[in-house]
Amino acid sequence: MSQALRDDPAAAGEGRVAAQPRTGMGLLFRAWLPILLFGLLALVPLLAKLGAEGFIISLLTRVVILGLAAMALDLLIGFGGLVSFGHAAFIGIGAYSVGILSSHGQEDLLVQLAVAAAVSVAFALASGAIALRTHGVYFIMITLAFGQMLFFLATSLAAYGGDDGLTLSGRSTLAGRPLLKGDVTLYYLSLAVLLLAYLLCRRLVASRFGRVLRGARENEIRMEAIGFEPFPYRLVAYAVAGALAGIAGVLLANQSEFVSPAVMSWQRSGDLIFMVVLGGLGTLHGAIIGSAAFLLIEEVLSHFTEHWRIIFGPLLILAVLFIRGGLVGRLGRGL
Amino acid sequence: MSATLLMIQALNGLQFGLILFLIAAGLTLVFGVMDFINLAHGVQYMVGAYLTAAFAAWTGSFLYGLVLALPTALAFGLVLEVLIFRHLYDRDHLDQVLATFGVIIFLNEAVRLIWGAAPLSVPMPEALSGSIALPGGISYPVFRLVIIGAGIGVAALLYLLVNHTRIGMLIRAGATNAPMVSALGVNIRLLFTIVFGFGAMLAGFAGAMVSPILSVEPGMGDNVLILAFVVIVIGGIGSVRGAFLAALLIGLVDTLGRLLAPTLLRMLLDPAAASQTGRAIAPMLIYILMAAVLFVRPAGLFPAKR
Amino acid sequence: MSGPILQLERLGKNYGALRVTDDVSLAIEPGELHAIIGPNGAGKTTLVHQISGLARTDSGRILFEGQDVTRTRMPERVRLGLARSFQITSVLPGFTALENVALAVQARSGSSFRFFTPASRDPALNRPARELLDRFGLGARADVPASLLSYGEKRQLELAIALATDPKLLILDEPLAGTSHDESRAVVEILRGLKGRISILLIEHDMEAVFSLADRVSVLVYGRLIATGTPAAIRSDAQVRAAYLGEEEVVA
Repeated sequence: MSQALRDDPAAAGEGRVAAQPRTGMGLLFRAWLPILLFGLLALVPLLAKLGAEGFIISLLTRVVILGLAAMALDLLIGFGGLVSFGHAAFIGIGAYSVGILSSHGQEDLLVQLAVAAAVSVAFALASGAIALRTHGVYFIMITLAFGQMLFFLATSLAAYGGDDGLTLSGRSTLAGRPLLKGDVTLYYLSLAVLLLAYLLCRRLVASRFGRVLRGARENEIRMEAIGFEPFPYRLVAYAVAGALAGIAGVLLANQSEFVSPAVMSWQRSGDLIFMVVLGGLGTLHGAIIGSAAFLLIEEVLSHFTEHWRIIFGPLLILAVLFIRGGLVGRLGRGL
Repeated sequence: MSATLLMIQALNGLQFGLILFLIAAGLTLVFGVMDFINLAHGVQYMVGAYLTAAFAAWTGSFLYGLVLALPTALAFGLVLEVLIFRHLYDRDHLDQVLATFGVIIFLNEAVRLIWGAAPLSVPMPEALSGSIALPGGISYPVFRLVIIGAGIGVAALLYLLVNHTRIGMLIRAGATNAPMVSALGVNIRLLFTIVFGFGAMLAGFAGAMVSPILSVEPGMGDNVLILAFVVIVIGGIGSVRGAFLAALLIGLVDTLGRLLAPTLLRMLLDPAAASQTGRAIAPMLIYILMAAVLFVRPAGLFPAKR
Repeated sequence: MSGPILQLERLGKNYGALRVTDDVSLAIEPGELHAIIGPNGAGKTTLVHQISGLARTDSGRILFEGQDVTRTRMPERVRLGLARSFQITSVLPGFTALENVALAVQARSGSSFRFFTPASRDPALNRPARELLDRFGLGARADVPASLLSYGEKRQLELAIALATDPKLLILDEPLAGTSHDESRAVVEILRGLKGRISILLIEHDMEAVFSLADRVSVLVYGRLIATGTPAAIRSDAQVRAAYLGEEEVVA
């Protein structure tokens, strides 16, 4: 476990990240993939005007919002090597920020975003300070436990719906005006937030900070031997990822106009990990593709049977056993 | 609140803790010996409960149901090991987490498909259905005492097995240094399979024992799984002794916390606020306990690896 | 300053009942190149782990420039100027050669809590890193991922990384192991160039290199230092010959 990792620093963390494509076309595709992806996301709503607009917009909005949370998680897993199994808790913090604030009359989106981000950062710093002192399996289980702690807190908030959750009286307002009322507006707002977060994360992983984070994933001992203490960098990354997922939670609450403990269930945390791995670790945009693929699979399967999970579970197992490097790695190599 | 209630809740906490121990024991050995994180351990508990329900309905007796359910749960665990888990031992923790998560999703849904989403109930065996008077004027359900007895019995058996048999020695050695055991020429694959099957059967046994007192329903293993994680993280991965003490601690803190938190808070807050805050805090207590233990000892109380 | 740069005072470490470092006392002077030799299993790597802070010390003290660092964590020791290389090569496999060195430069040059400027185009990191790579003859391989470098190149990169932390004392754990004849000559030349400018503690099996480079040599056998002296004195020490050199007959 962590002991083995310490004894053989060179063995740690290799071979997890999407394989680099060798062909020229593959490289070209890779460079253009994020642009293609965001271009598609920006244009699809226009096509949706041809039919089933409400359904498509609603699905896309969820793709974008969960893509944001998954991308934040990729920052931890793909770049930091930190398998957090409690990421949905931050979505919950964001969603409940909207639910609790609006039930007390505070419906302003900016205030809700600020509160969600601040509480997420605070929770990340407190729980991360303990979880990040451990390694490997311990870290996975501790983050899972902290996520569950918030889940049970939410279920016991009788004043805010407890188990059943609470329905919002409406979407958040901006400057006192109900600007998010339209589904298309909410979609483009979410997409803009995602794009902004994507650009931010891109810079982050390329920065001095990002280098330390990636270095510590590849070989912790090496980092210590050149003078870096990985802990504070990991803690900051954990807080950044938490804040982004918190923001996703604010958007999600607005999308469904409903808040319940289910948004922060541990299965949701598992779903997010699956999205990141499915799309391709350590790519950022892969997480968004993973979110789209995940929700599409869910949508298609549930169309056939209400017991769609009985197909989904084995699909997940097969994906783990056979798709290495994720969809982004596959696409890059396929071309 | 009376002393009687406190005593009853303490016994309930003990019973809950012992059930957690049955689940955590297998989990901690599987982690310790194989460095394999198996989220699907919780569904073994669910499968144990469902099998007991099914066999009890078929034979009309809880006891026969239990006797039939145990080997079936064992066989089921071994089938999963051969089909899926075996291919994951060499993978990293991330792959293990995801694939076993897939197993949970599948089995929870399969159970729902076969038996429906509504909870099943398993009839309590006649002879064990009453209550018994304990010293101190407490009346306590016999069946829960049976669970306590069975839990303590299994714990004692495990203690003997791990500390006084050859296979136990190999398991302990494996938890400390698996490559060394392998280098000694021990068939480590076989050892893995035995440990795994044994752990699966213990979890199934836990599920079988609680089936008459809890509702048997899809997903019942999920929460228990996370509690078992908390137990082994506190106890120290790979340590059966740590799991035993941590399981009792968690069982007691969780059960008594729900009773005492509102009462204690009443000293600070007005009754309405105290009961509301108390009910919100109580389910968080064990996680706070875990955080406190880890803050002082990041590797748990009895770390097996050094 | 005048005192020794590194002083070990009755250093000890046990693995269970096994005493792997037994009462080791040693002083290394500023600018000195001090070699430690000893048969396999003598506890040389454990001693390096203790001095660098990777392994805990059970008894005794480690003084670096007069400051007690026995309980100081490894990153802090590196910042004080105590760097090491690893016997088992441990460069970052997914980073290019240049990035590996630049990261070490980054560790000593300002805060790494900088979030928005791309590090790969930072001349303050890349210029010193390139200079070091050129010095090791790796200039042409700067943009190759470290995992694709040859074994010898990785060994040289390992050295470049350790030097990039700007150490006052450099501990090298078998830098020549597994390198080709040409590569090892190049490394020896680099060490000769460093000699006098920084202090070096060299663990090495290549006796020719040790006796041509070292100012003083210490001999470690079963965790104990049995002799310390000039290369000439060590070569003629009867106890050393009996314990070690006689067996291998490689004295140049």
